[in-house]
Amino acid sequence: MLKRILSRQETLVGVTLLALCLTIGFINPVFWTPGNWFDLARSATVTGIFAIGVLVVLISGGIDVSFTAIAVFAMYTTTVIMNNIGFGGGMFAFFLMSAGIGVVLGLINAFFIARFRLPTLIVTLGTQSLFRGFLLFVIGSKIIRDLPPGMAEYSGAFLFTVTDSRGITVGLHSAVLFLVGVAILAQIILRYTMLGRSIYALGGSREAAERAGFNIAHTQVFIYAFVGLLAGLAGMIYGGLNRQANAQDIVGQELDVIAATVLGGASITGGRGSVIGTLLGVTLVTVLSNSLILMGIPSIWQRVVIGAIIIIGTAVPAIRALRAGRRANVEIEPVLAEQRS
Amino acid sequence: MTGRASLPAPQHLMADAFLTLNHISKSFAGVQALDDVSLVVKPGEAHCLVGENGSGKSTLIKIIAGVVTPDSGDIVINGRSFQRLYPMDAIREGIQVIYQDFSLFPNLTVAENIALNYQLSRNVRVVRWGQVHQIAQTALDKIGVRLPLDVEVESISVADKQLVAICRALVQNARLIIMDEATTALTEKEIRALFRVIRNVQQEGVAVLFVSHKLNEVLEIADKVMIIRNGRVVVDTDVASLDRSKLTYYMTGRQIEEADYDYRPTNEQPLLEVRHLSSRGNFEDISFALRPGEILGITGLLGSGRTELALSLFGVLPVDSGEILIDGQPAHVRDIQSAIHHGIGYVPEDRLTEGLFLDQSISRNIVIRTIDTLTRPGGLLSISQVNRQVRYWVEQLSIKTHDPELPAKSLSGGNQQRVVLAKWLASKPRILILNGPTVGVDVGSKMELHEIIKNLAREGIGILVISDDIPELLHLCNRILLMRRGRVAGVFDRPEITEAELTARLTEATSMARPAG
Repeated sequence: MLKRILSRQETLVGVTLLALCLTIGFINPVFWTPGNWFDLARSATVTGIFAIGVLVVLISGGIDVSFTAIAVFAMYTTTVIMNNIGFGGGMFAFFLMSAGIGVVLGLINAFFIARFRLPTLIVTLGTQSLFRGFLLFVIGSKIIRDLPPGMAEYSGAFLFTVTDSRGITVGLHSAVLFLVGVAILAQIILRYTMLGRSIYALGGSREAAERAGFNIAHTQVFIYAFVGLLAGLAGMIYGGLNRQANAQDIVGQELDVIAATVLGGASITGGRGSVIGTLLGVTLVTVLSNSLILMGIPSIWQRVVIGAIIIIGTAVPAIRALRAGRRANVEIEPVLAEQRS
Repeated sequence: MTGRASLPAPQHLMADAFLTLNHISKSFAGVQALDDVSLVVKPGEAHCLVGENGSGKSTLIKIIAGVVTPDSGDIVINGRSFQRLYPMDAIREGIQVIYQDFSLFPNLTVAENIALNYQLSRNVRVVRWGQVHQIAQTALDKIGVRLPLDVEVESISVADKQLVAICRALVQNARLIIMDEATTALTEKEIRALFRVIRNVQQEGVAVLFVSHKLNEVLEIADKVMIIRNGRVVVDTDVASLDRSKLTYYMTGRQIEEADYDYRPTNEQPLLEVRHLSSRGNFEDISFALRPGEILGITGLLGSGRTELALSLFGVLPVDSGEILIDGQPAHVRDIQSAIHHGIGYVPEDRLTEGLFLDQSISRNIVIRTIDTLTRPGGLLSISQVNRQVRYWVEQLSIKTHDPELPAKSLSGGNQQRVVLAKWLASKPRILILNGPTVGVDVGSKMELHEIIKNLAREGIGILVISDDIPELLHLCNRILLMRRGRVAGVFDRPEITEAELTARLTEATSMARPAG
């Protein structure tokens, strides 16, 4: 049992994360200040919500690269609409509308994937361009800084604030609650519902899932609608935290999010992955990129370091799996008990 | 434990038929797949369905499972007559098919694999893991098997995967389990264990419809045997009235007299000589010589090192010590390229994943090894040479296809194996290693493959046959090397050992063979 826990990718990432925190904290004690951690939480929120969506898709054996386009589309379009109707209400309505738009766009993905059985990468590559092109051409491409009041105030919605010894007031932003909520929701769905298990089953063997009687199309509709929902939500949080709606933003981050998810143990070939692993993967990548600045490493090198970590992090389990496979050739032993008498 | 333990059927099992098929006929695009087939299966009965590829076996299974609808005839299950049987009806009535690939989820645990389909069919929406474990454990107890519940199915052996599939069927209240070619990937010992499980299941009143090519298994496990040929029932009878030669005759429709390989010893220099070859953890101190025209059998249980030895001779697995001599000269077989350079050909155990490009055409598969010789001056490929070579081998090995441009997966097992052979023979090897040459091949094809192998040896090729099919080894080989725990446990010249003796020696190792070191 202990061996199994130790050999998990989640453990590996967790230990690496801990070691990284200790090292950075040793080099630059600012790392352990609440301000830095609130900053980290803020940075990890949007990536984390995206990553949970990516996790669900990866487990099912698919891949989605359109979620960033969905996010920016939903966020920007919501802002434009709210501005036009002069909406004066709170942020909740923005989240609702943005997530709704996200679900609709996700359903477009699901339609092509479930109805025509097209490869998920091809479909989402196509819709990524489609959503983004439509947004820039039809809805608008200018950066909107004159936000509706509800959205403009959101960046100040802290859960609580603390004032440190130097008299600087820092706060933990409430957006992190969304990440916590999404993570718990995803965990419950994946682990304790038949729907969640059908996602694992689909990723393990599509044929076996069909033979068992799973409705693959339903499962896929859920998956891509869910990703759309999370993308719409995360896009709106992103816009709110940055106090602007930029139609050129977000798209381009999708591979980083996928990489963080894979680093957290999700299998790119489907069937494997966990919420906790994904959160650890996202945290590791976030801590790393935030802290490289604290450690005084030039920002040009950041991408090199992150790339290297991702390659090493995913190569280690792959090599281990290869070794285990080679050993299995000679260690096969049936666990048959003798016949009951 | 080779004798069939006959079960005195309990009184309540003598009851009415569980499944009755009356005069079933089915044709596909004008081809009569099944013609007036009737079948009765009683509770607790082991019924074997035997037939060559294309005989209509799989169509019959699909009809019973409700996947295919017959053109005429009716199906009665549990006294209920079905005009149109849907897959869900079949499942609800307790019919479970275990397909050759098991349809398991490699990424899920043993427990979940056993319980998942059941929970799905019961419309369970919330998964309670305690319940999952309980369902799985109950099923495992029922067949008297111990398996770790929390291990992913991916990491367990083929034999254990099969047990998981059986448990999954039982959980769904199976009354009839159909097993399609259940033993193809199993070793002798695992087959014994499977048969014990099947008898346990029978005791519970569950009927088993067992589809197999392997005649000795059929004779061992079946209560009743139905043989179909070209869509018609040839015979449907108690197993007691059959023996191997009758079975073969009914299956193929011809009386096949197989003559054992007539090897005449020579004093020619060995083609291949192996001296004290060792590979740590795989095999140790192996020595033998292979002369031109010899067919040397290598047998042993799974894990005895037989496949590893073959892989070392083909340069896949590195050796730690010992010598390989080819034509009396020390040869360094470091990798596959150098093995090929020395004239060694290897037909792998699993032709589907290692031997063939299934989606590529038959002709491309045949010429792949020799494509660089079929060129015109200037290095361009000569289509006419390619076609000539393909035609030659299709004819030589009588590969049954009407168009060599069809994908290799369109062929039956026996014909696929011929394509793998043709690929190697085209490169004119002098030493041929055949690993399980007739696994999953039907009786008629098997005999034809045996003829091909014998003819190759007569032409002076040295052949190594790795197999745990004892009758096959005794028929083909002039010498048989028995391996156990990575070592040579005995060498037998063919006329001096009987089938019973060799089987006994093979299964002697009571614990699973495991290489020392």
